[in-house]
Amino acid sequence: MSAHSPSDGGTSRPPPLTEPSGGARDQRRSELRLELRGITKRFGDLVANDDIHLTVEPGEIHALLGENGAGKSTLMNVLYGLLQPDEGEILVDGAPVRIKGPGDAIKVGIGMVHQHFMLVPVFSVAENIMLGAEPARGGFIDHAKAVKLVRDVSQRYGLPLDPDAIIEDLPIGIQQRVEIVKALTRDVDLLILDEPTAVLTPQETDELLDVMRGLKAAGKSIVFITHKLREVKAVADRITVIRRGRTVGTADPTAPESELAELMVGRAVVLEVPKDEAVPGEPVLEVAGLVVADDREHRAVDGVDLVVRAGEVLGIAGVQGNGQTELVESIMGLRPSRAGTVHLSGQPITTWHTRQVLRAGVGYVPEDRSVDGLVKEFSVAENLVLDLYDLPPFGGRFALDLDAIEAQAEQKIAEFDVRTQSAHQPVGALSGGNQQKVIVAREMSTPLKLLIASQPTRGVDVGSIEFIHSRIVAERDRGAAVLVVSSELDEVVALADRVAVMYRGRVLAIVSPDTPRETLGLLMAGIDPSSTSPTTGTPASGEQDTQGEGMSEHGEAAS
Amino acid sequence: MTTSTMDVELAVPEAYWTRTRKTGAVMVVLGLLATIVFGALAGSENARFALGENISGAGFDIPGTFGAIFFGLVALAAGVAMLVTGRYFGVLTGVALAGFIISALCWQMSVSPVSHTMPLGFIAAATFTAAIPLIFGSLGGVLCERSGVVNVAIEGQLLTGAFFGALFGTLTGSFWLGLVAAAVGGALLSAILAVFAIKYLVDQVVVGIVLNVFAGGLTAFFYEQVMRPDTDAYNFPGKVPSWPIPGLVDIPILGPALFNGNIFSYGSLIAVAVVTIALFRTRWGLRTRAVGEHPAAADTVGIRVLGLRYANVLIAGLVAGFGGAYFSMLSTTGFSKYMVSGAGFIALAAMIFGRWHPVGAFFASLFFGFFGALTGFLTSISSPIPSQFLSMLPYVATIFAVAGLVGRVRAPAADGKPYVKG
Repeated sequence: MSAHSPSDGGTSRPPPLTEPSGGARDQRRSELRLELRGITKRFGDLVANDDIHLTVEPGEIHALLGENGAGKSTLMNVLYGLLQPDEGEILVDGAPVRIKGPGDAIKVGIGMVHQHFMLVPVFSVAENIMLGAEPARGGFIDHAKAVKLVRDVSQRYGLPLDPDAIIEDLPIGIQQRVEIVKALTRDVDLLILDEPTAVLTPQETDELLDVMRGLKAAGKSIVFITHKLREVKAVADRITVIRRGRTVGTADPTAPESELAELMVGRAVVLEVPKDEAVPGEPVLEVAGLVVADDREHRAVDGVDLVVRAGEVLGIAGVQGNGQTELVESIMGLRPSRAGTVHLSGQPITTWHTRQVLRAGVGYVPEDRSVDGLVKEFSVAENLVLDLYDLPPFGGRFALDLDAIEAQAEQKIAEFDVRTQSAHQPVGALSGGNQQKVIVAREMSTPLKLLIASQPTRGVDVGSIEFIHSRIVAERDRGAAVLVVSSELDEVVALADRVAVMYRGRVLAIVSPDTPRETLGLLMAGIDPSSTSPTTGTPASGEQDTQGEGMSEHGEAAS
Repeated sequence: MTTSTMDVELAVPEAYWTRTRKTGAVMVVLGLLATIVFGALAGSENARFALGENISGAGFDIPGTFGAIFFGLVALAAGVAMLVTGRYFGVLTGVALAGFIISALCWQMSVSPVSHTMPLGFIAAATFTAAIPLIFGSLGGVLCERSGVVNVAIEGQLLTGAFFGALFGTLTGSFWLGLVAAAVGGALLSAILAVFAIKYLVDQVVVGIVLNVFAGGLTAFFYEQVMRPDTDAYNFPGKVPSWPIPGLVDIPILGPALFNGNIFSYGSLIAVAVVTIALFRTRWGLRTRAVGEHPAAADTVGIRVLGLRYANVLIAGLVAGFGGAYFSMLSTTGFSKYMVSGAGFIALAAMIFGRWHPVGAFFASLFFGFFGALTGFLTSISSPIPSQFLSMLPYVATIFAVAGLVGRVRAPAADGKPYVKG
């Protein structure tokens, strides 16, 4: 399958890495009409896709809209050959095709950019792009030819890349560009983009939407998977909405957002978090000059100063990987700091162990629930006492009090509306939203001075998002200080009373959540619009100033 | 959007006790030990280093006490330099270790009742000979692990190779068919690893250990039941033909090591070159590394992840099995029970010390081989150190290298992780 095309010069079209194989491919050169008929995919009892129909016309951007867990990614994995459907068929240009693997998908002209990039981090851009279809002479890779191909394609579509850069050194936005170029070099005519904007700054998102329009102009069709209504409205030609594995209808991009949201969720959705004005009290968490190294010994947190007061929510906005993870882990005692101090209610906790921090009245919702938040094989009841098992009433000197643990579980399951068959069900069997509710319930089961919530609603359904948001606001109103870290700007803006924007390990500015999105987006890209020249980080004194501004803006909004 | 990396500009201020300084401290201790203890114990005789393969011929002399103290001080100085600068890890570690070893040799040779001469050509040849099975074994490890399958079964693969080589070499009466059988034997054991690791997703370390025990037990059984009762019929493979390269053999020190070889020694050099080129210059190599780093990425561009892993594990078995024949067809004639005696594990260490790179594994094998050769030499000059301690030397060097010198290495990201679609 990987014989390379020897025809090189003459045409403006870049030579495909793979020789087109099969007659069907020659007929449609850059037009592809895709139809999915009655696709059904089951995982055990769970029906992930239930009789789904979808038609993508040549040269259109077709949005596949649905919430987390609705079955969008399953459907696309079926289309891309990573999963086999139990029922239904796939038609390309009217002819049924069987896609047994990604190789088949590429052959019929379907490419995919996965939500989690399918790039080898230690390989170069060119190596990643050619992988699986390497230009070679007698088995030896023709590196020069691969580099030329990357240059050609990236120039043709206006997606500049350095073919020799190593993937792990590149920012996420560029990595995504590599993925797109990778698909384009395989001469695909239909491109699936799976939640492509989840990891991008607003500016990068706008760039991507432009790229999508450019590809469409070049005759490519795009299936755009997302749950973000704003983006759908900006770029899609048609919208298919999926809910609980079924197609619930198609919509026009001109439809109002509330209507799309209702179609997606199945009921009216409150798009904003209802909350009153904050009444900030004493400082609870004070972080000064904090420096933290990441796993690769680089300065992930580079001198952060923050104050979170009782009764307010401080939101940390920023593209993932700008030090938020390390900041939170350092506060929690999970990662040593190299400089600076952390105080909790005036008490220095910089060198405390995680257990000490937790016992001092800090609740912690970690960013990756499956790795840090839960033991998947343990029951719901056990997970609810993971950090309390040794304290009365749950544990005494020698043994656990199983009755007390069970009683606690029943109460929390009811209070937090955790949908589970019983308290004894392994927590891994619950949906993402319910798993997250278990964590939130556990962390809120002791009186909190400070709640730290990292990505509190990642991969969670809309109903659970609303619930978790309301509980976070309730904690604030009860008088706790709350630190929310999220890479979803919408979430930060909805929850926070003040927004700190992190970029490259520094807090660039602390602003009001009413700040225009463009300004926030620029800050997330490292550009401080309040200063005259673009900056890659303000000195500590500047931070103090912006922090003051943020407070005063906030005060104005209150009056 | 800039393409510059986040790492370039932001390096964390490191803690004072870096790896270099810690190693430096150890070297200072070793240097002091050499200077004082070796210096005091060394005799007044000269320690003679001959360039050729035997103790006569050109060479140079170092007075025993002077040499022990001088080279101890060299090790000490290198250690101090590491402590002070906190830099030049590779060079200074090498200097310090060399100083320590030469100091120890000056002491041992000057007081030896048998001989005060070390034939360097002989040591070089012995180093390479001892390294040969380690080279094949660690290459087998590299091939396997680069594709994402942990290969703890190198010991078993070597042993199976040794057994098959001896048995079929004798049965067919052909040395060459014996070699082929050895490779096939290693691959057979590898096939079991492949099926359990790739198809049944069993923990790869556990399978590897079980296979080592299995190979040891099975070959010992057949040795007792079949080979020992009738050695001539079942356990008497032919002699390895020797192929010296005229002219080059006479190069001082390295000539006898490299150019007075046989199928195993030349084969190991060729194997290192072939595996290196294949891994880093060919389509197969790129795909193998992709499968070992990020199998899902390989899968999504149409690469058959599991097929490639099967192929690599089998090739690893061929290479290690071939190397195993060294034991029963070169170092001694005929198979005996558990004759590999841990070389497979040292090969595993060589793979890690060599950072999963064939050339790195080659030099790591030579490093361990050198300590094997040193053991042999010290025994031959009737060293006062008990032989049990001497035979520990290669293993101590292994522990020291993997725990201390290797630092933080990055294994292939998907090493040991079974791939399940979807």
